[in-house]
Amino acid sequence: MTPAGDFRTSYREDMTIFPTRNSRYALWAGIALLCLAPLFLGRYELGLLITIGFSAIAALGLNILVGFTGQISIGHAAFFGFGAFASAWLHEYAHIPVALCIPLAGLMTALVGLVFGAPAARLKGLYLAIATLAAQFILEDFFARAPWFTGGVAGRITEPFELFGWVADREESYFYVVLAWVVIMFVAAANLMRTRDGRALVAVRDHYLSAEMMGINLAYYRTLSFGIASFYAGIGGALYAHYLLFVSVEAFNILFSIQFLGMVIIGGLGSIMGSLMGAAFMTLLPEVVQAGADLLAGSAIDRALRLGASISFLREMAIGAAIILFLIFEPDGLARRWRLIRAYWKLYPYSH
Amino acid sequence: MEWSQLLQFTLNGLIVGALYGVVAMSFVLIYKASQVVNFAQGEFLLVGAWVCWWLLTDWQLPFWLGFLFTLVFMTAFGLVLQVVVLRPLIGEPVISVIMATIGLGIFFQALMKWIFGVFAKPFPPIFPVDRVNVLGLEVQTAYLLSLVISILIMAGFAWFFTASKHGLAMRATAFDQQVAQSLGISVPKVFAMSWAISAVVSSVAGVVVGVVNGVSSALSFYGIKVFPAVILGGLDSVAGAVLGGLIVGVLENLAQYVDSEWLQWGNMYTIAPFYALILILLIKPYGLFGTRNIERV
Repeated sequence: MTPAGDFRTSYREDMTIFPTRNSRYALWAGIALLCLAPLFLGRYELGLLITIGFSAIAALGLNILVGFTGQISIGHAAFFGFGAFASAWLHEYAHIPVALCIPLAGLMTALVGLVFGAPAARLKGLYLAIATLAAQFILEDFFARAPWFTGGVAGRITEPFELFGWVADREESYFYVVLAWVVIMFVAAANLMRTRDGRALVAVRDHYLSAEMMGINLAYYRTLSFGIASFYAGIGGALYAHYLLFVSVEAFNILFSIQFLGMVIIGGLGSIMGSLMGAAFMTLLPEVVQAGADLLAGSAIDRALRLGASISFLREMAIGAAIILFLIFEPDGLARRWRLIRAYWKLYPYSH
Repeated sequence: MEWSQLLQFTLNGLIVGALYGVVAMSFVLIYKASQVVNFAQGEFLLVGAWVCWWLLTDWQLPFWLGFLFTLVFMTAFGLVLQVVVLRPLIGEPVISVIMATIGLGIFFQALMKWIFGVFAKPFPPIFPVDRVNVLGLEVQTAYLLSLVISILIMAGFAWFFTASKHGLAMRATAFDQQVAQSLGISVPKVFAMSWAISAVVSSVAGVVVGVVNGVSSALSFYGIKVFPAVILGGLDSVAGAVLGGLIVGVLENLAQYVDSEWLQWGNMYTIAPFYALILILLIKPYGLFGTRNIERV
C-alpha cells in the first residue's frame, strides 16, 4: 500500500513484484529471520514450521486453481498424496537421489493432474467440484490397490533428504530444505501472476466468456491451471514424505483435501501470501485446540465433556467452525485483515 | 452363476436405491430452491438417526413418539442452519457456499462422534419379525418398510409440488427469484422451508438405515453417494433424482456381484458409482432430466 496515491507512469512500474523498496527489504529480513529460527526454536516448533511450509506450497497450488482461475477442486489431498508416493517410489526403484526426486515427483503429479484436468477443462463451478470429489475417491482407491506404488496398507518408508553428503534427517536441517522450496515456489507463483499466462488465468476466473473473446484459449488455461496446481501439490507431498520418512495410504483422505480448501479460504482466495497465512492458521489451529484442552485437563468441564479422549473430534470441529466463521465474517480471508492492519499503522494517526 | 443371487442383489439395489432416491430428492430440493449444493446432506441423515436413537434408548420413548420428536427437531435444525449459516452467504461465489456446507458437514460429523462415539450402535428392536419372505427372497422388514416409506415420501413430494401452495411458490422461486418476489412470494421463507423439508426427509432415510445397519458415522457417506445419483438424474430434476438413486443403487450392487463372481478387485461397491459419475459428466453433464444451461452473452 502506498500512502500518498498511485504515481506509476509505466507498465513496467505497474508490474513490479515489490511495490516499494521497503517491501523488498521486509522480504529479505523475513527470510533471514527464518534462517536463524533453528538456533532459537525447539524441534517441535520447527516441525510445525516445516508442516506450515509444505502445506503452504500445496495450498498455494490450490489457490492458483481456485483463487486465480476460479476452478474448484475437492481432490487436492489425492494429488498431494500422489506426489508423496511418487517421490518415495522414484527413490526406491530408480535410485534417484532424494534431492532430485522432489522436483521429479512434482512433474509426475503434474502429469496426473493434466490427465484429470483435461476432462475438467470442459466443466466448471459445481460440476467440477463434484468431478474432483469423484477423483478423490478414485485416486484413494487406486492408492489402496496399487501396492507396487504405495506399499499398500503397510505404507512406504522413505529416505531422508540428501545433497552432496549433507543429510537432512533432523528438523534443524530439513527446515532449510523446506524453506528453500517455499521461497522458490512462492516467488515462482508471484512471477507467474505477472506474466501473460497468469493474467490469462485471472481473466478466465473473472469472466470466461470475455476472456475467450479476447483470444484466451479456455480449455488450455483451465488444463494448465490444473497442471500447475498438481505440480505444487506434488512438491508439497514429496516434502511431506521426506519429512515424516513414512507415507501411508490412509493419510490422504477427503478431510485432508478439505483442510487445503480451508487454508485457501481462510488465507484469502487469490492471494499468494494468503496461502501461507492460511496454512499457518490451519496448522496452528489444532495446537490451539490442544492447548485449550490441556488447560482444562482434570477440571470438571474436562470430565463432563471427555475433552482429552475426543481431542481429534474437537480439532475437526474447530476446522469446520473456522471455515464457516471465516466465510461469514471475513470472506476475503486473513490476507485482507493483514492489509487492513498494515494500512492502519501506516496511516496512523491520520487514517482519513 | 445363480439367478436367485443376481435377483437378490438387484432387489437389494432397488431398496437401497430408493433410499438414495429419497436423499437425492431432498438434495435436489435445496439446489432447486436456493441454488446451494449441499455437501452436508449426509450429516442430515447422521444427525437425524442419532437424535432418534438417543430418544429411543436414553429416554425409552416408543418408536412412533421418538420418530415424531426427531422430525420436529430436524425441522428446527434445517431452519436454523439456513438462517444462521447460509443466509449471510446469499450472493457469494459458488466456492464460498460449497465450502460453507462442507464446513457444516465436518463440524456435525465430528460433533456426533464426540457425543455418541465412533462405534456403530444398533437401534432397539422395533419390528416383531426380523425378516420376511417375498417371492422366495429374504428381505429385512426394515428394508421393506423403508421401501414403503420411500414411495410414500416420493408421492408426498409429487403432491407437494403440483398441488400445494407452498410447493408452487417453491417452484416459482426455483424458476426465477425476481419474478417470484414480484408475485408476493417471500423468497427467504422459501429458502428456509426448503432446508427444513430437506432435513426432515433426509433424517427419515437416516433413521431407516440406522434401524437396519445401526447408527454410525458411515451414514454420512450417503451424502456423498447422492452425487452420482443427482448428476445422473440431472441436478435440478426431482424425478431424475429418484431415478438416478434407483440406478445407482442397482449399479453398485451389480458391480459388487460382478466383482465377487469374476473380477475379484474388491471395493467395487463403493467406487463404481464414482466411475459412473465421471463418465456421465463427460458425456452428458446435465444428466437425464436436467435443464440444459444455455448461456447468452
